[in-house]
Amino acid sequence: MTTTRSAPPAARSGEATARPAVRRGAAWWLPASVVVLVATVLVTVTIGPAELSVADVWRSVATHLGLGGALGLEPLGALPDGMVWELRLPRVLTAAAVGAGLALCGVVMQSLTRNPLADPYLLGLSSGASLGAVLVLVAGLTVLLPVAAFAGAVAALVAALALAGAIGTITPTRTVLAGLAVSQLAAAATSFVIFWAATGDSYREILSWLMGSVAGATWTSVAITGVAVLVLGTLLASTGSILDAFTFGDTAAAALGVPVARVRWLLLVGVALLTGALVSQSGSIGFVGLILPHAVRMLTGARHRLLLPLSALCGASFLVWADTLARTVFAPREVPVGIVTAAVGAPVFAFLLWRGRRIA
Amino acid sequence: MSADTRTPDDVAPATEARSAAGPGGLDAARVSWSTAGRLILDGVDVTAPAGAVSGLLGPNGSGKSTLLRVLAGVQPPSSGDAAPGHPASVVFAGADLLAAPRRRRARTLAFVEQEASTDLPVTVLDAVLLGRIPHRSLLAGDSADDRAAARRALDRVGMADYADRELTTLSGGERQRVHMARALAQEPALILLDEPTNHLDIAAQLDALRVLRDLADRGVTVLAALHDLQLAAQHCDHVVLLSGGRVVAAGDVRDVLVPEVLDPVYGVRTEVLTHPRTGRPVLTFAPRG
Repeated sequence: MTTTRSAPPAARSGEATARPAVRRGAAWWLPASVVVLVATVLVTVTIGPAELSVADVWRSVATHLGLGGALGLEPLGALPDGMVWELRLPRVLTAAAVGAGLALCGVVMQSLTRNPLADPYLLGLSSGASLGAVLVLVAGLTVLLPVAAFAGAVAALVAALALAGAIGTITPTRTVLAGLAVSQLAAAATSFVIFWAATGDSYREILSWLMGSVAGATWTSVAITGVAVLVLGTLLASTGSILDAFTFGDTAAAALGVPVARVRWLLLVGVALLTGALVSQSGSIGFVGLILPHAVRMLTGARHRLLLPLSALCGASFLVWADTLARTVFAPREVPVGIVTAAVGAPVFAFLLWRGRRIA
Repeated sequence: MSADTRTPDDVAPATEARSAAGPGGLDAARVSWSTAGRLILDGVDVTAPAGAVSGLLGPNGSGKSTLLRVLAGVQPPSSGDAAPGHPASVVFAGADLLAAPRRRRARTLAFVEQEASTDLPVTVLDAVLLGRIPHRSLLAGDSADDRAAARRALDRVGMADYADRELTTLSGGERQRVHMARALAQEPALILLDEPTNHLDIAAQLDALRVLRDLADRGVTVLAALHDLQLAAQHCDHVVLLSGGRVVAAGDVRDVLVPEVLDPVYGVRTEVLTHPRTGRPVLTFAPRG
């Protein structure tokens, strides 16, 4: 059908042609961000008080992977080797897994609730995890911390979904409000426990945990966060078409043949389990899950099939660099990585907002 | 009132209703919906003939939107009190739409809701491509065929040149046509629209209605809730008038849009003139009393 109104006004045609230039590069975003992530891991492992070159890192890693003989590499000395293999590499890999998982969960939560302020902790997960963690910290049972944090997160999820379900069908608004109620209650309980029972040393431990940190990461942390991200994260990352269907809300999604209520339940539970697993290892690191999806969306548009994997890859690189800053800028002192993610991320996000304003 | 104008009092037998819709049309019966103990739809029977533009009319709160949502399958009907043991049925071209699997239903029926909006930075083409979701695996991305179908849909609504524009930069009328294109990309045989001309200037209203006429000419069954009786009089073939969750009258525009039917429903005084060129009814309204 041709109408005289179908041609775009001349004044606007300039921006109409300028805009797709960003999108045409879309095919390059994924491979580029994979390269960035790999480079990030290799470079950040070498950064720290005892200088190790990229070659040393490769030597250590190759040796541990059983490739040393085949490649004819000299094994690294015990001290630098331990520094790479037992301290820095697990820490870097855990940061990567946590960053990837949080960014992914953030995308899913923002789409499902159609709320730009949604983050992975929306259902009270971080408050629940904090309550569990603080309880064992003041009791001096630090060994149980991951278990308690995970249990707290799951308990908060169950409470939030039960509350949302008790009001009626699980709609975005009800989910957010129920999460808020659970979150506030758990936060009050956490504050009470700290106020009542925490003394000297446990204060510092609690504060560092509440701000989020991967300083204590071990290969167990890598296994837990890595498996969670690979299994649950891959499932979540494959829901691009379904999340796209929610672009214009629940009714539009239902009209496109999506079983809205079931999908929402499944994805919320998936996000909660993944977030719970991450929080149990790193504490609740803020900012990544909230802002990173927005930043990536501004660069590449809102299509979830690209947005989901790209957010995960960028989240991984971002958190690795943030953690590297956290352990080096004030060396030998460390700051919780949650402070760095906010301090670095907020100005970057403000810049993207400002830049996006001129384009749109 | 002519013979094919039905009132709640003389309930037409199901066979008669079916013949009114024709073999390919929409035929819904006994549709009820209640919320919090309030009956919004009370055993509504509605037909929409294939290849025609049907208008769903009625005052605010008469149940137009609710009826469309139930017909579209995005809201399940309640069991009606009127006929226990006779649940609602929504039949299109001989197939039961309420019982159909969601995805198959989405390949037959498209629903353009009122004021669908998003804050996300989606382009026009991406928005239209959403209509292809029922036609492909949920794990697959859009194929070249999907993009071709989306561009055809944009072409049909006269928005082909806007494909790469961001949706938020369009005017209300342009956005409405994009939503129609999204529905067309579903390649439906039945399209339901909730107030497709709302908040549009007159040129945009005519654009939207021209798209509906074009669809009907291609054999698609079109049912649109319309607020504006004047537009309905000029553009619809068949109209269904709702009031208080019941069908007051249904049939040809010339039979339904008459003072005896409209005045009690809207509480106004209607005069019907005849358009000198098209011969269609032109309505004027005055306050009652």
